[in-house]
Amino acid sequence: MKLSDMPAGSSGTVTSVDDSSRVGRRLSELGVVPGVRVSVIKHAPFGDPVEVRLLRYNLALRKEEAAVVEIDPASTNGRG
Amino acid sequence: MDGAEHQTRTRVIALAGNPNAGKTTLFNALTGLRHKVANYPGVTVERRSGRWTLGDAPAELVDLPGLYSLDATSMDEEIARDVLRGSPVSPVRPDAIVAVVDATNLERNLYLITQIIEHETPVVVALTMMDLFEEQGHVVDIELLSKGLGVPVIPVDARKGTGVSELADSVAGAVGTSQVLPAGLVAELSGEGSAVFARYRYISGLVQSAVKHNDVDAHRFSDRVDSVLTHKFWGLLVLLGILLMVFQAIFSWATLPMDLLEAGFGALGEGARSVLPEGIFADLVVDGVIAGVGGILVFLPQIILLFVFISILEDTGYMARAAFLLDRLMSRIGLHGKAFLPLISSFACAIPGIMATRTIEDRRDRLATIMIAPFMSCSARLPVYVLMIAAFFGGQTVFGFVSLGAVIMLGMYLLGIVVAIVVAFILKRTVLKAPTPPFMMELPPYRMPSVRTVLSNVLERAGLFVRRAGTVILAISIILWALAYFPRDGAAEPGTETVASDQLENSFAGRLGHAIEPAIEPLGYDWKIGVALIASFAAREVLVSTLSILYNVGGDADETDGLASALRDAKRPDGLPVWTPLTSISLMVFFVLAMQCMSTVAIVRRETNSWRWPLFMVVYMTILAYLGAFVTYQGGRLLGFS
Repeated sequence: MKLSDMPAGSSGTVTSVDDSSRVGRRLSELGVVPGVRVSVIKHAPFGDPVEVRLLRYNLALRKEEAAVVEIDPASTNGRG
Repeated sequence: MDGAEHQTRTRVIALAGNPNAGKTTLFNALTGLRHKVANYPGVTVERRSGRWTLGDAPAELVDLPGLYSLDATSMDEEIARDVLRGSPVSPVRPDAIVAVVDATNLERNLYLITQIIEHETPVVVALTMMDLFEEQGHVVDIELLSKGLGVPVIPVDARKGTGVSELADSVAGAVGTSQVLPAGLVAELSGEGSAVFARYRYISGLVQSAVKHNDVDAHRFSDRVDSVLTHKFWGLLVLLGILLMVFQAIFSWATLPMDLLEAGFGALGEGARSVLPEGIFADLVVDGVIAGVGGILVFLPQIILLFVFISILEDTGYMARAAFLLDRLMSRIGLHGKAFLPLISSFACAIPGIMATRTIEDRRDRLATIMIAPFMSCSARLPVYVLMIAAFFGGQTVFGFVSLGAVIMLGMYLLGIVVAIVVAFILKRTVLKAPTPPFMMELPPYRMPSVRTVLSNVLERAGLFVRRAGTVILAISIILWALAYFPRDGAAEPGTETVASDQLENSFAGRLGHAIEPAIEPLGYDWKIGVALIASFAAREVLVSTLSILYNVGGDADETDGLASALRDAKRPDGLPVWTPLTSISLMVFFVLAMQCMSTVAIVRRETNSWRWPLFMVVYMTILAYLGAFVTYQGGRLLGFS
């Protein structure tokens, strides 16, 4: 499922990032790469952007940016 | 110092690292508070450098913009990459690179390192936030980490000063060597697929072998704070409270130092007047230089206060949260969440507001924010609003209890905001057209602000402003003074008010006022308002003092009351009043929309590093102001107002 569709409080492991897009490439540089565990912390007051946690830091990104990241919500053993 | 020492070139060391990795704190600790700030040739990115010593040898430490990767997606990253490679913008290739790595955020920080070590320049890693790292119960094998990266790794604590001399020794030792990429990384990179993924695979392996992470998540403190500060409701309320406090500070706490400065410049002027022989030179010094520069430096307390707040908000990590809270609203008009604070600051004064747009990485976004900042009604417009309202709407109420003046004042503020939104919307779809820049932003853990970082930031901004006041603004003050001073007719007795107004009518400025009268008549203005408009292109509040001279209302104290009644009583040759309530509204609308502030123009010139944008700003805002005032006056008359 897409990272943008995940509700606050849920988590999963990154399965793919479309790194042909500028946004996807930037996200992968920030550590959003396959095998990394991502948890969704909260959404901003107007529903966007979204705050996520990965690799021991917190990242805020817009939903349309989060849409390039595919997550497997069932996989809980990603790198944290 | 002997000749041999003179011959050795000063070493240039570049400081690179992720934003929020502790780079600025380390830079300040290594170089002290005295920095040189200049722009890289042809671009708006600042080059900040300071003096450092490597053993006995002096070195220049260059602070590169914070960056996550060398694959330039922003101007900052492009510059950093160019400096690290030694290309045209930075003729001197650095002798070594100090790469700052935040120990508590190791994997993402190391990504940049895997790119930096690809170039020949020797790299030394400064490992920061070790105190926090150990507090969180993690353990790192420095030697293993160093071996895996092929560079020395030195733990430093910039706030306590530990590790600083070891860092200098290590850098001194590295100068002259050539960086080699570790074999493991070369192997990963030679495989198929994304290089980014490959680097992260290598880093992940390295971190797994060199670091034992305590699984208790220590970010909880910041998350707990954020459960209030970025809460859908409380978060916005706290933000509002903080903005209110900043506003309060700028408007009221700054009043005392501003009054003192004003009095000081007044006394300085009188002192100069009494010492200098009477004549043109004394007039130039007192009315041109001291009054002109003093009138601008009066804003210094506001600028300092604002930057104290901005620096604290940045340094604690709150600024990123404010952008997070407001990005949705700002992105609707095509701007970044980070544009909010500069725009709010511009209600006090557009100058610090424009200087604060530096936090916006995307060039077009930053330009769009700069272009609309002057629409926020700044404190220099207040005297104009106050005079107009006192003269024509004083004591009137709506619904019996709300002061009409307050409603009009609020209307002027709202007009500025609405026009700003429309202009930003248009700019982002035309001249500054670009895909919405990504928001992606780290929300760093909250930290105590460092006094040193705040102080150094404030000093730097205040210094830049003062230097502007000393050069461009001084020159413009003298030109405007001369326009109102020449030509002189010798017959005049100096000192009396009547003479002052005759002199002004006869001056170049007065003649210009007469010359533009046909053009401004449709706005409801006569030549005297024309003169005041011309004079107020230097600074808005000059309108009040110019009108006082033209209407022969002398004295600085309580000039508003005397002037207000003089304006009400003024008659045209045909006996009709010069000023009507509609004229005053038309004039206020003009002041909301026009670019009448030479200091702002000078700052925009500096911040955009070209004359194109400040000129564009003056032209489009003047046209808007003219149209706005025209529609107000003519529309008002059609509707039967006078």
